[in-house]
Amino acid sequence: MKTLRDLLRDYRFAISFAIVCFLFVLAMLSFVSPHDPTVWFYVPRDMSPSWENVLGTNSKGQDVFWQATFAIRNSLIISVIAASVSRVIAIVVGMTAGYRGKFTDRALMFLSDTFLVVPLFLIIVMLAMLLRQYMNLVTLGLMLAFFGWAWDARVIRSQILSLRERDFTKTAKLSGTRTLPLVMKEYMPFATPLIFSTLINNMVWAIGLEITLSILGLMNMDIPTLGTMLNWAITQNALLLGFWWWLMTPIVLSILLFISLYWASVSISEYLDPRSRIQRVGAK
Amino acid sequence: MGEPILRTEKLKAFYHLDVQGDKKIVKAVNDVSLSIYPNEVYGIAGESGCGKSTLLRALYNSIEPPLRLVDGAVYFRVDGKEIDVAKLDPEQRRRLRWEFISYVPQGSMSVLNPVVKLKKTYRDFLESHVGGKTKDDAFAMAKEHLKEVGLPDDVLESYPHQLSGGMRQRVTIALSAILHPQIMIADEPTTALDVVVQRGVVQLLRSIQAKFQNTIIMVTHDMGVHANVADRMGIMYAGHIVEEAPTDDLFKRPQHPYTQYLINSLPQFGDRSKRDSVPGAPPELSNVPEGCPFHPRCPHAMDVCRAKYPQFTQVNENHRAACWLLGGDTNAESA
Amino acid sequence: MPKVLEFENVSKVFHQGGLLSQTRILANDQVTFHVNKGEIFVLAGESGCGKTTAAKIILGFEDATEGQVIHNEKRGVKERNREVWLTEGVQAIFQDPFATFNPLRVVDRYFFETVKNYKLAKTRADAITLIDEKLQAVGLTYKDIATKYPSEFSGGQLQRISIARALLTDPVVLIADEPVSMVDASLRMSIVNLFRKLRDDFGVSVIYITHDLATAYYVGDQIAIMFRGNIIERGPASEVLMNPLHPYTKLLRESIPEADPDRKWKSDVKLSDAESEDFQRKGCKFAGRCPFVMDVCRTAMPPEYERGEVGVRCYLYAEERTDAEAVTEQTKA
Repeated sequence: MKTLRDLLRDYRFAISFAIVCFLFVLAMLSFVSPHDPTVWFYVPRDMSPSWENVLGTNSKGQDVFWQATFAIRNSLIISVIAASVSRVIAIVVGMTAGYRGKFTDRALMFLSDTFLVVPLFLIIVMLAMLLRQYMNLVTLGLMLAFFGWAWDARVIRSQILSLRERDFTKTAKLSGTRTLPLVMKEYMPFATPLIFSTLINNMVWAIGLEITLSILGLMNMDIPTLGTMLNWAITQNALLLGFWWWLMTPIVLSILLFISLYWASVSISEYLDPRSRIQRVGAK
Repeated sequence: MGEPILRTEKLKAFYHLDVQGDKKIVKAVNDVSLSIYPNEVYGIAGESGCGKSTLLRALYNSIEPPLRLVDGAVYFRVDGKEIDVAKLDPEQRRRLRWEFISYVPQGSMSVLNPVVKLKKTYRDFLESHVGGKTKDDAFAMAKEHLKEVGLPDDVLESYPHQLSGGMRQRVTIALSAILHPQIMIADEPTTALDVVVQRGVVQLLRSIQAKFQNTIIMVTHDMGVHANVADRMGIMYAGHIVEEAPTDDLFKRPQHPYTQYLINSLPQFGDRSKRDSVPGAPPELSNVPEGCPFHPRCPHAMDVCRAKYPQFTQVNENHRAACWLLGGDTNAESA
Repeated sequence: MPKVLEFENVSKVFHQGGLLSQTRILANDQVTFHVNKGEIFVLAGESGCGKTTAAKIILGFEDATEGQVIHNEKRGVKERNREVWLTEGVQAIFQDPFATFNPLRVVDRYFFETVKNYKLAKTRADAITLIDEKLQAVGLTYKDIATKYPSEFSGGQLQRISIARALLTDPVVLIADEPVSMVDASLRMSIVNLFRKLRDDFGVSVIYITHDLATAYYVGDQIAIMFRGNIIERGPASEVLMNPLHPYTKLLRESIPEADPDRKWKSDVKLSDAESEDFQRKGCKFAGRCPFVMDVCRTAMPPEYERGEVGVRCYLYAEERTDAEAVTEQTKA
């Protein structure tokens, strides 16, 4: 917990931590929601914010506030699935390519470059159209994971490549350490900041992509997410009709989420940066 | 000896660091008073972390945060008049740099622009300092200068990576001498160079000094290099100058215990008897011991050494050392 | 005297450049030497002479293009034995003590890992006893290093810790690659003295790779001077360094700045500007700079001539003139 205290000294992390906690609490509230998010017309439609409905109601007769709690929860779930699965792929590919070198490296990087060069967005849209009926939180998360590892695999690989040349690799070998334990024990501490910052960046990317797909109508509209809420609000002309509470809620929440995740990512990766860690260790 | 061409008075330059909330003050240059004269080679010796690079930067008046000038002053004697460098405006400072005093930092061979030929580097340099010259004039000046210092002038047609490390270092030194500055400062000019190449580089410095009769201030931890080229030497320890003497005197009659240990620990050809290094380790400049900073490692440490920092004792006309064993009460004037 | 290490006719070729234009760099050219038990063997030379390549080949980090390395007189062992340290008692320490250890891990972890991987102790308590014993051999204790990171030590201390780790497996040969060049001058001797102690008290052979001839003179038993991939002079360290025979060795010896104002450099030196030329030379690689160069020097690399205990590869020392002529005839044929 000393780590947390150190991190909280950075104002960026402090603010983002506060926001993330707030959003997390909102997401947790969804478990105690008095309303089922897939049901329509359980409250009067199009009511502006009042004491009964804190953020008003939408044209489907749902309470915007309770919808929002589900939206946050689901968006976060999608992005966490996407980011974590793609981390695993990126780490495995990157470390193998970096440590083995030669043919393995070239083959894996060829694969990774293919994913980078190919127009991902179009392919994802295409897949989403084809798999529309199967689109739920998990499948969307996995699909995004499948496309989100390529860049970070290369980043991790170059980190490993440079670490391989360092003297302490030789010391570890002379100590009898085999390949896998060596990579895990010696290189992971260097790769961790990369993995963390790319994790959060990947989450942001996943959320952004989910919102985009949903606005394009390529998502299962019954599942409340930040994107689907926006989609409904747009297609039901909330702006024209002046139902600002319906439109602004997902927008403001998205913005809060993006800013807080970005700031968290920046301050965590600065904290974990080996150079500043070495300074901290020596400063004791 | 005449009047000093560069003088510092009780110079204190510290680094104020902030590492994730922990504040540290690194006392790199702690109360240094030096006088350096025209037409001499002055060597500053000391281990890594003793503050010598910072001292050079302060002498060159290149003090930028987190380094701060906490106390004292540096004076240049330009055209017979003494100037306090802190009082110079940016334009004056720019004029003095390279024309009066030049600085060759550590690892300077990497400072050359790798994507242009050397002749362009030299020309750009000359143009910015000696205005009103045509390209050809500048080129001719460069060629003549290289011939003067004994380097082949065809290196101007090369890129830095085509030259060996030793040649790059020599070219950089030649560049720093091109405007015939009265003071040349070199920080570890021979580190990371092979023995034979090192000899060539040091000989270049010596020949430049002999030809232009200027002053060279050289920092290196290699005592052998100092023995070969320095006229006078200053030994630096934990931010202080602890002894200063003409080279011969320093090697034959070192007065400060640290200097004695240092010189005795150097291996000499013809003698394989056991030598010992200085016990302990030099202190972190952020955590210097009270009193004389050498006392934890000194075999002669007395109570007063732990309490107060000794002033200089004038051992003879040009030789002074800061040690309680020698007295240390007398507030000596620098030679 | 048993030989703990033999380097037999080892050549190593590096290829530089892409598909279309390649230069061959002969980093090691038929290098032969051996190290006896309980001996400090110095491999000396300037940068680019091939000493570090030789060290990597001994450790198995690189493969020799030709020739073989024989550990503990075991012939017939498969040549490409990459993990020779696990089987033949070879350990190494490196130039930069701060790079030797991972800055993000505590230093004692490497000790415990060595103990575990080589099965040197059964319990943690036994391991600590063993580690403490080796640390005491270098002047430290386990308490001094426990739970500390590399950045909390000085360069000299870290280098000693590195030696202690290497001693854990009771190595037969310790390869020290420029072990003191990054350590402060005032602390160097404590490390160098340690090598003497390892030899005398523990019977460890040390291969001391350096360009610092002053410490080589102080601590070496045998020395081999390398120039551009060849050993050009070898013999007892004090003999070779006090009475150098080969013109290159003489140049090296003269160029060392001695810490004595009465022994300054006497003359100025001329430096070669293009070192890669030396590698491509057909004859003696020093022919380009040698003040005593003869025609025969440009034809072929001289064989080794013996002068007492010293071997020198230079035509100046050919037993008779006919030796040199024979070589010239041979190459002309």
